[in-house]
This record gives sequence, structure tokens and C-alpha cells, in this order.
Amino acid sequence: MHADPAGVLTGTHFLDGDHACCEGALAAGARFSSGYPITPSTEVVERFAARVPTVGGTFIQMEDELAASITLQGAVWGGAKAFTVTSGPGFSLMMEHIGYAAMTETPCVFVDVQRGGPSTGLPTLPAQQDMMQVRWGSHGDYEIIALCPNSPQECFDLTITAFNYSEKYRCPVFVMMDEVVGHMTEKVVIPVPEDIEIEPRRYTTLPPEEFLAYKPGADLVPDMPRVGEGYNVHVTGLTHDERGYPDMRPAVQDVLVRRLVDKIKNNVDKITLFEADHIEGAEVVVVSYGITSRVAQKAIDMARQKGLKVGKFRLITAWPFPEKQIAEIAAKVKGIVVAEMNLGQMVREVERAAAGQAKVRLVGHAGGSVHKPEDILKAIMEVAR
Amino acid sequence: MSEATVTIHNPVEEFLRMDRIPHIWCPGCGIGTSVNSFAHALTDANIDRKNLAIVSGIGCTGRVAGYVNLDSFHTTHGRAIPFATGLKLANPKLNVVVYSGDGDLFAIGGNHLIHAARRNIDLKVVCINNLVFAMTGGQTAPTTPGAVVTSTNPYGTYDPSFNLPYLVEAAGAVYVARWTAFHVKQLARSMEEMFAKKGFSFIEVLSPCPTLYQRRNKMGDGLDTMKFYKQVSKVRNGAPTSEVALSKSGEIVVGKFVDRERGERGDYGNLMHDSLAGALGEDYVETEACSCQ
Repeated sequence: MHADPAGVLTGTHFLDGDHACCEGALAAGARFSSGYPITPSTEVVERFAARVPTVGGTFIQMEDELAASITLQGAVWGGAKAFTVTSGPGFSLMMEHIGYAAMTETPCVFVDVQRGGPSTGLPTLPAQQDMMQVRWGSHGDYEIIALCPNSPQECFDLTITAFNYSEKYRCPVFVMMDEVVGHMTEKVVIPVPEDIEIEPRRYTTLPPEEFLAYKPGADLVPDMPRVGEGYNVHVTGLTHDERGYPDMRPAVQDVLVRRLVDKIKNNVDKITLFEADHIEGAEVVVVSYGITSRVAQKAIDMARQKGLKVGKFRLITAWPFPEKQIAEIAAKVKGIVVAEMNLGQMVREVERAAAGQAKVRLVGHAGGSVHKPEDILKAIMEVAR
Repeated sequence: MSEATVTIHNPVEEFLRMDRIPHIWCPGCGIGTSVNSFAHALTDANIDRKNLAIVSGIGCTGRVAGYVNLDSFHTTHGRAIPFATGLKLANPKLNVVVYSGDGDLFAIGGNHLIHAARRNIDLKVVCINNLVFAMTGGQTAPTTPGAVVTSTNPYGTYDPSFNLPYLVEAAGAVYVARWTAFHVKQLARSMEEMFAKKGFSFIEVLSPCPTLYQRRNKMGDGLDTMKFYKQVSKVRNGAPTSEVALSKSGEIVVGKFVDRERGERGDYGNLMHDSLAGALGEDYVETEACSCQ
């Protein structure tokens, strides 16, 4: 299906990442957002509030992030594509409803423009410190999808991808930006609607008497009912059977929770997006994501000038983690350098996937500015030694 | 002598998910009684059930959404109102009822409740007030009236309590009423009136919790509580809400306290539409629902 032209601002623009993200949401068909102001993410919903009444849709500013993160889910069940936008402290408040979206299989998108923490931390300065929180922040076992843009163009593109994944797999999907990507202004090309592929909502074609709200299809994902059409659907955050009815038996829990996990795990290859460069023959591969990948590119270029054989692997899909690709790289290289704007989050996954086949070296950063390319270069040279 | 077959049919059965009965509520609890009144109100007011959605939070009353045969959402603790807000705004043709307890709506969910009332979102809120956190074992709630024993105030409560009608009126509700589980007819009539209103509407229903409130305070069982309600309730329609606070054993003022309009522009949906249409003129794209393909 192609994008609804009403939401697509076709043309070549000069936009920051936050505004590009908003345009991506509109192009993807988002017609509802509930938000709460927080730096450095607010520009996304400020633009949405200005744009959506001219496209046909609703923005509401809620009383807090607890409300924002559940209001959008009410809107999804009401028939809208919906999203919210936040940063660290607000993201912490939203954890409860990430679990609700995972459990009720509510397709929705959360955008987190990361800033330095913990707590109020660095409101106006960058970090990549929510990468584990996005994966594990709500209680219980579940899988989510998280994407990491490294430019305003990707903020546009990956927000569309996020909506498409959320509809296809019926899970919350996260656009994990950072303050630099959110606030940097670059050329953003928005295609014509016919060139934007949109995943339609999986509405059931069964009549109400034959429909079971949580009976999965072959891909382990159930179809959705439309409310107000006599399906009398029951949606609950309690463990539930295929009818959606609460059922506390361990066997029901086992079937449900394994399905919530497997519907993502079984499709890792379809969900995994990455950028790989000069992996063949490399002695060292630098793994990074978001804005840090652009600093790492400088370090990689500097190392190559020194004659080192250095490859690049940029995570675009951070979750589910691309274990297979990292394991393959680890089997071939001397070492892997992981640069990220935190004191060691995704590096744990790289270490796990590498499983001792290669040295893994973290170049951490507590946040507030991007890395110095020289720090990453130094790690590359040490690992190559 | 001929034999006649008598079929016993409960007129509210079609309104319930009979495959989920028996329910979890204790003997003497008033939640089921209120659901009966709700079912009668829907029938008597001829409400289109297809376009009626019910949203509950967590707790004993939170289970109502699971027993009624409607599009129904059992959400997270305290967040029924913001979920319902999204449902209503994205799909304005739906008639959205929030059915939850005093702890869910006024403790953890208190902030959402006052803001929804402030905005005048078109939600019909039924609050079953059993004066404690019942699902978790009878802990003190923001509604527990002074000097009663709860599991977290074993020597008696001393936290001052909320007067729910007063709070909700101050926050902006257009309809506020209170009944008890004894007043089944009056409650059903109030619910019918609520369905006719547009804007944030609120009914408090006092309910016994024989297991965790009455028993612990030596106030008898469910039947004793019905007798108590009958004895101490005074119908005072139009009573100032500042005068209807509850105490452990004093008078229970019941009735319709507030029935008003807020300005000419009405509920939140109208406010939003008029404001945007006025500011944007021809650029405003009006939609009946934020539907996706």
C-alpha cells in the first residue's frame, strides 16, 4: 500500500531530525499523537500540532508521560495510527505502557530523543543511554523493535519503517534518536507518496462470531478488530487466552509470552537493518550507531590513512540485536571496537554475540558531547596491534 | 394437572459475557449490583451497544470491563481515563464509559481524572467507592473515612479523605451524582441521565466491601450494609458538594448534585474543532475519526 498523499510533504527540504521525524510519522499515516513537553524531543510534536489539523487528525498535550503513553494506545484501538515522543526522564515514566503495548499487541511508535542521564541529567545535550532501557525497561518478558537513525533523512525514513514494523508485528517500535541527530539540520528528501510503502493495519476479515481477538496467524501475529462494529473485543494487560479473556494458568502464560517473544525473534532477519562497509579483509571492525557512527566514520578514515584495515558496522536495528552478523564479523577479525555515548550498553550484546572469537573494546562516553574521533582511532590502533 | 416448563431468563444476560460467569466479586459486594443497574440503564435508554466502549483500570471494579459484552478495555492501574481519552478523540462516534474504583481513579489515577474533567472530555465515569483498596487486601485509600481499621492502618486511619463529588465538580465535571448499592433504581436513572449529557460526567456509587472493610470494622455483612445505607442515606438533589463529605457512620448524602453546561462551546471535541476551524479556516481538515487504512 502507498502513503496517503495528504500527509506527504514531497520535496527537498532543509530540516532538523525532530521535524523530519514528524514528517515521517505523517507520511506513515500517523493521525494521532499524545505528548508531554520534554527537551530535546518537543519539536517533533510541536510540528505535529501545527501540521495534523491541516491533514485530518488530532494532537493532545497530556498531563504527564504516563498519560501520553497510554492515550495513544486508546487512539490506536479507536482506529488511528499513533505515536508519542519523549526523552530520558519521560521515557522512564512510559515504561509501564511499553509493557501494556507489548502484552495487548497494540501497534504504536515511541520516539526517544536521548539526552544525558541519570535523572534530569543533561536536558539539552546528547547521550545514547537509553539503549538497554528500551529493551528491558518494562517488567516481564517481551520483545520490542528499536531503530537508530544517524541523520535527519533517516529520522524521516526510519520513522516510516517504525510504523510499518509496528503494524506488521503488532508491537511497540522505538525510534532511538539522540539530541544531536534531533537538532542537526540537513537535506531531507521526501519522496512522492507512490514511492512510500505503507504497511496497512491487520484488520480481520472474519465476522464477529468467527473472530478470536488473540488467535495468531501463521506468523504468530493476530489480526485486529475494528471497535464499534460488534466484535465486542476484550483487551487486557492480564495474561489472556485466544479470546482475550484473562486466564492465570501457567500453560496459558507460557503460550502467550513465548508467542510475544517468538513473533519478533523468528523474524530477526526481516527486521535487521544495518550498514556494513569493508568488512571483508578487515582486521578491526568499528560498531556504532546514531550520531556516534558519524564520528566513528572519521576515526575509520583516519585509521585507513595510516594503512590499517578497518571495517564499519552500523546498527540501524539495535533491537532485536543482529547477533548473526556480529558473530560472523567476530569470526573473521582481530578485534571489534564499539563506540557509543554511554558507559557500555550495546557493547554487552556485541561481547555476547562475539562469544570470545575476537577482542571487544568499548569506547564509552558519559554524554554531553559527541566522541573525539581520536579516542576511537586510539582504540582501533590498540586493538589492531 | 398439567406440567408447565418455566424458563428463567435474566434480562441482563445478553449484556454479559456469560462464558466468564461466575465473576470474582465476593458475596455482598456492590460492584455486580451496579453493573445490573448499568445494564438496565443501557436497555431503558436504548443505548446503541455497538458504539459503546467500556474502559476500566485495575482493581475489583477494574474487572467490570471483562464481564460486559461490549468493546472493553482493561488497562493499567490508574490509566483508564487517559486510555479512554485517546479512544474517544480518535473515534468520536464511540460512547465511552470509564468504570473503575476509588483507588484506581483517585489515588494512582487522580491526576488524569482532574485533567480530563478540566478538559471536559466526553467520558461517562462510574466510580465504585468501597472506601479501601480491596483487590490487594483492604489497604487505606484516599477515600477511607477517618478512624477506621485497614490493613495498612491497623490502629485506625488518620489520613484526611477526599470528598469525591466536591473534587470532581471543582475540576469541571458537567454531571455529578452519588448513590449507594442500595439505590439500584435511582442509580440506573442517573446513568441514563449521564448518557444524555455531553462532557465529563461522574457518578459515585458507594459499595460494601464486606470482606475487607465492613468485617474489619465490625460493621456486619453485605445485608447489614444495605440496611445501613437505607438508614443513613438522605436524598438531597442539588446539595452543595462541599456538604456531602462522607464519615464512618454519619449521614450519606445521595442524589444529583451537578447538572450543568460549560459555556456555549460544550465538550472538548467541540472546543478543539471550533478553535482549529476558526484559526485555520479553509486549511482545517475536519475528520470524523482518525482512521487508518
